[in-house]
Amino acid sequence: MNAQVTPLRTIAESRLASDYESARATMPGHAGVASLRDGAFAAFMHAGLPNRRVEAWHYTDLRQAMRDALPVAGVPAATAILAQGARLETLAPRVEGVDSVRIVLVDGYYIPALSDVARMPEGVTLHSLTDVLEQGDEQLIEALSGPGLGAGDSTLALNAAFMQGGVLLDVAAGAQVATPVEIVTMTTNDVAQALYVRSLVRLGAGSKLTLIETDASDAEVAEQRNGALVVQAGDDAVLDHVFMPAQLPARSTQVAHMLVTMGARSDLASFTLARGGGLLRRQAFLRFDGEHARGAFAGSTLLKGRDHSDTTLVVEHVAPHCESREYFKFVLDGEATGVFQGKVIVAPGAQKTDGKMKSQAILLSDGASMNNKPELEIFADDVVCGHGATVAQLDENQIFYAQSRGIPRPQVEAMLLEAFVDEATDHVRHEGLRDLLTARIGVWMANRSAA
Amino acid sequence: MLEIKNLHAEIDGKKILNGLNLTVADGEVAAIMGPNGSGKSTLSYVISGREGYEVTDGEVLLDGVNLLNLDASERAAQGVFLAFQYPLEIPGVTTMTFLKASLNATRKGRGEPELSTPEFMKRVRAAADRLGVPQDMLRRALNVGFSGGEKKRMEILQMALLEPKFGILDETDSGLDIDALRIVSEGVNALRSPHRGFLVITHYQRLLDYIVPDKVHVLSKGQIVKTGGKELALELEKTGYGEFVGEAA
Repeated sequence: MNAQVTPLRTIAESRLASDYESARATMPGHAGVASLRDGAFAAFMHAGLPNRRVEAWHYTDLRQAMRDALPVAGVPAATAILAQGARLETLAPRVEGVDSVRIVLVDGYYIPALSDVARMPEGVTLHSLTDVLEQGDEQLIEALSGPGLGAGDSTLALNAAFMQGGVLLDVAAGAQVATPVEIVTMTTNDVAQALYVRSLVRLGAGSKLTLIETDASDAEVAEQRNGALVVQAGDDAVLDHVFMPAQLPARSTQVAHMLVTMGARSDLASFTLARGGGLLRRQAFLRFDGEHARGAFAGSTLLKGRDHSDTTLVVEHVAPHCESREYFKFVLDGEATGVFQGKVIVAPGAQKTDGKMKSQAILLSDGASMNNKPELEIFADDVVCGHGATVAQLDENQIFYAQSRGIPRPQVEAMLLEAFVDEATDHVRHEGLRDLLTARIGVWMANRSAA
Repeated sequence: MLEIKNLHAEIDGKKILNGLNLTVADGEVAAIMGPNGSGKSTLSYVISGREGYEVTDGEVLLDGVNLLNLDASERAAQGVFLAFQYPLEIPGVTTMTFLKASLNATRKGRGEPELSTPEFMKRVRAAADRLGVPQDMLRRALNVGFSGGEKKRMEILQMALLEPKFGILDETDSGLDIDALRIVSEGVNALRSPHRGFLVITHYQRLLDYIVPDKVHVLSKGQIVKTGGKELALELEKTGYGEFVGEAA
């Protein structure tokens, strides 16, 4: 008996296919880029949007969440850029103690007129992704693809197919950049649209950078975002990275990729503060290519209502003597869902690997849920790897104790929760950024108490 | 004045307090003694407003205000203070931060303005000095890694800062050596005033050598079964609780 299997496309997948077909000719890029896009899109269409049956996406069913695909954002009009510029300082006030130089993206596109171009620190070179794609330097395009990282992930392929905005940031070898560089994303108001952004950061040998990714959009309509940050850390490079994903309206979807390759003795400390807003999938893929490097991911996820937030990390120890750390806190209220998936792979020969991961969640309501999936795949015999995951509630004894000292319950809860997430924030090495994160967490707590 | 009238309370359907009557006048120190399971800790929790206890009948009035309608933080604002038998550890919250939140919330609940930081620091330092609490303890997470004696001193420090109308000491002597017991008791005695009543809950007479009560009440099976002067505590020390356990059965 022969059964013919017809792949069924969802409405969103069909829409993406037709959008790709019509955008193909006009999207920026040299011939090499066009074939990269075609290959990526074919891979996407083969796999489709990830769903529960895809193991890595078991807890985050993007196919179900994306009922339809929104139109891909085009280059913003000059008037729209002006309008955004007028709102920039309101939506994203400069933060004392951080004093970053800014790169502003509107609808994903780099807008020099709104960015601190003249203030770019010495040793930092900035290009728009569009220019990079148009020039089609093979080595750059190769780097942009984050070779070997996230292979098989259909949302990453989708990003490669549609990538249009973003920047290339080069830090010269040896440059010690003291001023944090901040990529701020804004979106033109009230247009339901999809953003496919990709940026590449190349850290020269021995260089040092603090990179912040923030969002200053306040649109009230749902968006679909698919962004990728590719990081190439040269030997002895140091990167401090803080990512604060957008809090998008309900029914939005946001997939944020980070693809990192680490040179010898390089050092990454990356922190993500997720505060809900539709569905968020934060996925980071990191590979240790050189020995004695250190990569640390930490973060706090604060969710309420029907927020869904997924943190998925894949760390590959290819070179020996490297250290990886993952430390995440989740606070879940309402009917929110949290997901933590951490996979550490130790290749044969990656001896003396030191890998630890920890995920801790507090559930504040009966309707909230947390899914933890730590995984270790170890093919070397002289390694130290461990993981721990806990899910708990606030301690009623502590609450009563503090209440008996006059502190009202909502304030007690906020105090205990802030103490809980502070343990993750403590991993941020830049003091001003740590204070900023603590303040943002405080705002979330206050809003929760007021609700 | 604290007035408890015909108080009945249960937890998980189990009756613990059975028509308890007790009055503690302003300025009075009343000791509650009784065997294990007589309801001593339940009484302290029901007065201070711990969740999980169901009051099925009766009243608890502090200066005429029915406490039973208020939650624990509101009762603290009304002037109730419970010094815990086992003070909780609060990781990640420094003692100073906690004290400030506690004092300002209590003041707000009493309609008083928040204290300025210098004024707050002054009061905390003064209270800490009196109780022999080193300044570096104030910078550590509340009660985390504190010894039993340090935790109890911190309880008394908090009581001194919050200036309650009514203080309840729940087995404050447990886990204390003689020196710590003396320091803690001196701290409590310093807070005795004509405007403040105390309920001192204890198993043993020993604490009452240091905090000398005006009255001693014996609690058994959820009722006050005997009331006397401070000499009653000495008597109990000799005879034990056997007579009362039988009597109320």
